[in-house]
Amino acid sequence: MAGTGKIHLRPQSSPILSVQDLVVNFKVDRKSFVSAVAGISFDVLRGETLAIVGESGCGKTTLGKAIMQLPRPKGGTIVLDGEDISKMDGKDLRLVRPKVQMIFQDAISSLDPRLQVKNLIDEPLKVWKRGSAEERSGRVDNLLDAVGLDPAIVRDRRSYEFSGGQCQRISIARAIALDPMLLICDEPVSALDVSVQAQILNLLQDMKNKLGLTLIFISHDLAVVKAVSTRVLVMYLGKICEIADPDDLYLKPAHHYSRALIAAVPIPNPEVQVNFARLGGEPPSSINPPSGCRFRPRCSSASDRCAAEEPKLQEIAPGHFVACHHPIVD
Amino acid sequence: MTDLLKLEDFRVSFSTPRGDLHAVRSVDLTILKGESVGIVGESGSGKTVLSRATMGLMPSTATQTGSAFFNGTDLSTLSRDDLRSHWGTGMAMIFQDPLTSLNPVRRIGSQLTEGLTVRLGMGREQARSRAVELLDRVRIPDPLVTMKKYPGELSGGMRQRIVIAIAIACTPELLFADEPTTALDVTVQAQVLELLTELRAERNMTMVLVTHDLGVVAGHTDRVVVMYAGQIVETAPTKDLFRNMKMPYTEALLKSIPRLDQPSGQRLQVISGRLPDPTKTEPGCAFAPRCTYATDKCRAEAPPLTTAPNGHQYRCFFPITGAN
Repeated sequence: MAGTGKIHLRPQSSPILSVQDLVVNFKVDRKSFVSAVAGISFDVLRGETLAIVGESGCGKTTLGKAIMQLPRPKGGTIVLDGEDISKMDGKDLRLVRPKVQMIFQDAISSLDPRLQVKNLIDEPLKVWKRGSAEERSGRVDNLLDAVGLDPAIVRDRRSYEFSGGQCQRISIARAIALDPMLLICDEPVSALDVSVQAQILNLLQDMKNKLGLTLIFISHDLAVVKAVSTRVLVMYLGKICEIADPDDLYLKPAHHYSRALIAAVPIPNPEVQVNFARLGGEPPSSINPPSGCRFRPRCSSASDRCAAEEPKLQEIAPGHFVACHHPIVD
Repeated sequence: MTDLLKLEDFRVSFSTPRGDLHAVRSVDLTILKGESVGIVGESGSGKTVLSRATMGLMPSTATQTGSAFFNGTDLSTLSRDDLRSHWGTGMAMIFQDPLTSLNPVRRIGSQLTEGLTVRLGMGREQARSRAVELLDRVRIPDPLVTMKKYPGELSGGMRQRIVIAIAIACTPELLFADEPTTALDVTVQAQVLELLTELRAERNMTMVLVTHDLGVVAGHTDRVVVMYAGQIVETAPTKDLFRNMKMPYTEALLKSIPRLDQPSGQRLQVISGRLPDPTKTEPGCAFAPRCTYATDKCRAEAPPLTTAPNGHQYRCFFPITGAN
C-alpha cells in the first residue's frame, strides 16, 4: 500500500490545493527517523470535501498540519491557490495563513480558558486589523449567530463554561472569522456524543455551503466520513492506499485495507452480520516500515511481489484509484 | 436463568453548590446470570454513575439510596471491606480510558498479579504464570516481554487488552465494561469487542456494556437498556428494540448516527437541545422539551414505565407504533 504515483492528480482543473511528494520526518534519535508522511501527492478542488481516513498513527494529522506548514515538511511542494507555500519565507507565509484555517479534535483544550468568547473570536480579526473595534464586535456577534450560539448569552463567558459541542462551535466561529478558502478539520467530532456529533457535522456542511468553503476532513470514522465527504483518501503508514468518491469506496472498496476498515464499523442493526474477515494486529512502527507494500504483513492476499515492489496508484474506474498489486475486483 | 444483580429504587445524587445533582433517579433493573446487557445514553444520562455506584466506586460527595442485590446480598448494607471482597471475584470493571486506568509507574506484570495474590491468595510464581496465560488469552504478543513493560510503552489497543486481562483475572461473575472502546480506533474496537464476546462465552460471564454507540450494542448484547436524565426510558431484547422501538428518544438517538448503508452527502437528523438540568426536577417527561411528538400531557405529567406483554418496557405516553 505504498501508494506512490500521481496518476490521480487533476492539474487541468486548477485545484485550490495541490500537494506533491510531501514528506514529513520526525527524528527518533541521532540515526533514525520516522516518515510520518512518506511521499504523498493529492489535490483538492474548490468546493470539495476531501476526507483523509486511517488508523491512529497513519500520519493523517501530520499531513493536515504539514499543509499548514506546522512544522515545515521535509520535502515536497504545497501549492495553495496558485502559490507555492512550501518555499515561502516566514513573512510571506504569514500573509497566506488567513486563507487556511484549522479546527482541532479537542475543542475544549484548543481554546484559551482565560479569554472570554468574544475575545477568542475577535483575536484573529484584531491581529489582521479587520475593521474598528465596533465593526469587529458586530462581526463577532454575526459569527456566533452563524454557528448557532446566542451572542448575548455566550459573549462574556469562558470556554470552560461550555460543553464539548459548544466549544467546537466556538472553534468553528473562530476558524471562519477570516473568511478562509480552505478549512482543515482534524477529527472535529470524535470527542463528541452521537447526538452532538450530528449537530456539528450539519453545521460544518451549512458553513461550507454558505461560505463556499473547501474542506479537508480528517477522521478515523468511516461512517462520519461517508456522511460529509465528496472524495475519500485512505492512508496507511504515511502512504496512500485508495482514493475514490465515498459511494464507490463503500460499495466497491478495491484495497484490502479499505475493505477491512469498512468491515470494522459497527452496524446499528443486530440482524446484519459482517461477512468478511476482520483485520488482525495493529499497524507496525513506521520507524522501520515493511518493504514493498506497507500493508503487506496484515494483508490476506499478500504475495512475494508485494514484498519486492511498492505498488503504484492505478485507476480502476473513473475517479477511483488504488495502490495495490492485487486489488479486489468483483 | 436466575437473577445476578437486582437494583431496586436505586438513586445516586451528588451535593453541589447549586443543590443536589440527581445523576440516577430511581432505577429498577434486574440482570440475569449469563446475560449481556447494553446500557445506552448520551453523556450525562447517568449510565456511568449507575454502573460505578453499583460497584461502590462513588466519591464521598455522592449519596446512594435504594438497594442493590448481588447474588441475593444487599450491597448497600455491606461495610467497605465486605464490599471490597466482591471486587475482582464477584464484580469487575473495565474503564473507558486505558491510558489513565493503569498505573504509569508500575510494570504490567505487577499490576496484573495484584488481584491474583490479594484476592485469590496465589503465590508469586503461580500468579506470574497465570498472568502470562491471561496476556496470551487477550492476544498480547510476547507476554513474557510485556510483563516487564510499563503502560507508556504500549499502544492504546494493547493497554485496553491489559485492562481487560486485569478485570477478568479473578474470573468475575459480572463484568462492567464502561465505554471500553470509545478511545480506540475502529479496527481495534472490532478486535476488543470480539475478544469480550469470546471471553464472556467461555467463562459464562455476565456483562454490562455501557456505551453511547448503538452500533456497538447491536452486535454484542442480548438486551438493551436506554437511559435518559438518570432514568431507564426503554428496555427490550436487542433485536426487539431495533425492530420495534417505542421511545422517541431511542429513535432519535439511532437516527443521529451516520451509517454506512445510507448514501453519502445526506443531512443527519439531530436531537435538538440538551439534557435537562440534573439539579432540577421538572414536571412531565424529561425528554418532552426535545421530543418532536410531545403534547401538553407530556409536559405536565411524567409517563410511568409501561411493560408490554413481551416484556418490552418504555416510558412514554405516545410510543412509536409499527416496525421502523
